[in-house]
Amino acid sequence: MMLLEMAASGHGDRVAISCGGNSLTCAELYAAAGRNALRVSEGNASRVAFLDVSGPAFPIALFSAAWAGIPFAPLNYRLTGGELDRLLAAVAPCFLVTDEARASAISERPELDAISARAFFAAGQSGPQRETPWNMDSEEIAVLLFTSGTTGPPKAAVLRHKHLVSYILSTVEFGVAEASDAALVSVPPYHVAGVASILSSIYAGRRIVQLPNFSAEAWLALAQKERITHAFVVPTMLARIVERLEEAAACDLSPLRSLSYGGGKMPQSVIERAMERLPHTDFTNAYGLTETSSTLSLLSPDDHRNAFANSDPAVRRRLASVGRPIPGIEIEIRDEAGRPLAAGERGEITVRGEQVSGEYLGHDRRTGEQGWFPTRDGGFLDEDGYLFVDGRIDDIIVRGGENLSPGEIEDVLLAHAAVADCAVVGLPDEQWGEAVAAVIVLREHGDASPELLQDWVREHLRSSRTPERIEFRRELPYNETGKLLRRQVRALLRGETE
Amino acid sequence: MAKLEAGQRWRSSVCETEVIVITAGDAEITLTCGGAPMIDAAEGVATGGAVSTDAAQGTQLGKRYVDAAGSAELLCTKPGEGSLAIDGAPLQLKGAKPLPSSD
Repeated sequence: MMLLEMAASGHGDRVAISCGGNSLTCAELYAAAGRNALRVSEGNASRVAFLDVSGPAFPIALFSAAWAGIPFAPLNYRLTGGELDRLLAAVAPCFLVTDEARASAISERPELDAISARAFFAAGQSGPQRETPWNMDSEEIAVLLFTSGTTGPPKAAVLRHKHLVSYILSTVEFGVAEASDAALVSVPPYHVAGVASILSSIYAGRRIVQLPNFSAEAWLALAQKERITHAFVVPTMLARIVERLEEAAACDLSPLRSLSYGGGKMPQSVIERAMERLPHTDFTNAYGLTETSSTLSLLSPDDHRNAFANSDPAVRRRLASVGRPIPGIEIEIRDEAGRPLAAGERGEITVRGEQVSGEYLGHDRRTGEQGWFPTRDGGFLDEDGYLFVDGRIDDIIVRGGENLSPGEIEDVLLAHAAVADCAVVGLPDEQWGEAVAAVIVLREHGDASPELLQDWVREHLRSSRTPERIEFRRELPYNETGKLLRRQVRALLRGETE
Repeated sequence: MAKLEAGQRWRSSVCETEVIVITAGDAEITLTCGGAPMIDAAEGVATGGAVSTDAAQGTQLGKRYVDAAGSAELLCTKPGEGSLAIDGAPLQLKGAKPLPSSD
């Protein structure tokens, strides 16, 4: 709220958000947050949940929750049935901002005070404001973000006001944007970058243009129409945008000064092709986690250009690095015993800083001695302090910026009558970062085709969790203590590809 | 005397100024605005004294202020008429070095 109040008094007449036909200045957003904070605190809600695609109601909900002094929980609108019910149970009793269909379907449930995003937006436009000032306690919870854990149901990462404020104040200069700046936000509200982009742009005084449903065509059309100057994309989005640019050259992106990307491993060929297509655009690679209030390290535009222009493989490969830590962040690579490792040695990426939370709702904080947080990402630092990320130490599959838990998909496959055993792993994929692959052991007399099992998973989960590749084997590799050797499963699948 | 901590918010006792601590040194210091000690923003309210004439250059919204040693940095979250000082030494406006936009 402090950030929005500063924006409302420093550049209140600047447009904060535009989406479709609606727009709000910083001052209007501030007023709408105050009005809806009143509405939110009328009932017994302990959280404000947001279950919809992005739109102007999203920042209003974020700030009205802060003003009302209760956590904001954006939920994945792609979830269905049981998965969604578990999340709603975790945030109830809550004030729920959602789409029209869900708002009317849910209206029967007393623990959910549901309102449609459209009605919520409209309610913010007139009426009395909450008069009590917001709670200044920076230790209070600002946002709950559900992440995919290694096993079982999703858990909520806790970001307190102090974490988010620290992140913004160490990465953004107040009011630094030019009046013509516009940032295109195409990540969903339940992604940490969705929250961070709202805060960064409002504090900088940069107009946010929201794209609720990403497609490369829609992204390019909106970027041209709104004369977008800044944008953030996940690698999958950039791959599609580049493909589209290569097919249809007639696209004027000359205002686009800055394109940042993160949320997954960027294939080197994609970033090289993007730089060829957009020579006037500054590229920034941002690496961060939900638990660290977004960005921890940056590969700057100059780093990109130097690496791109250099034939020395050691410099060139920096295009695959996530750069160096931002101010206020320390990074160490540690071995399994927690000892710091030297440059070039691979281990666990461990970080420390004011913006690092490392805390989960209902669980112990994962930060260790002196505030160091083990990310569970593996990687190394080079001689000049550039960070390279190998991937999750756990076996989470990161597909198109979305974390998928192999265990969840395996449970569904195992529930099929023909399946005796199975292993789900991620394989490198140019388009998605990682693709889902499964190795199946069929029951004796069991019969199932890959297509049939794909349909089975799609029925029970959602399409992004459906294995793109299914192989059949007589047995899976296990170690002597009965632990599945996923690395061997991946090697086996890769061996076939090669 | 107080030890600053990152994230702490302070309010002037003689003008509208409010600041948040970005980085803090280890030393016990006296933080003043407009010549009068600042108060914890979560607790006190302005006491209504006057801004001292030799500490009246004002603070600007969103600007960063640092001490000569560079050990303490404050960000102005509400502007006012008083100017900031640590142990009597005026704080200086810090030049901005924006990072590339990352989200």
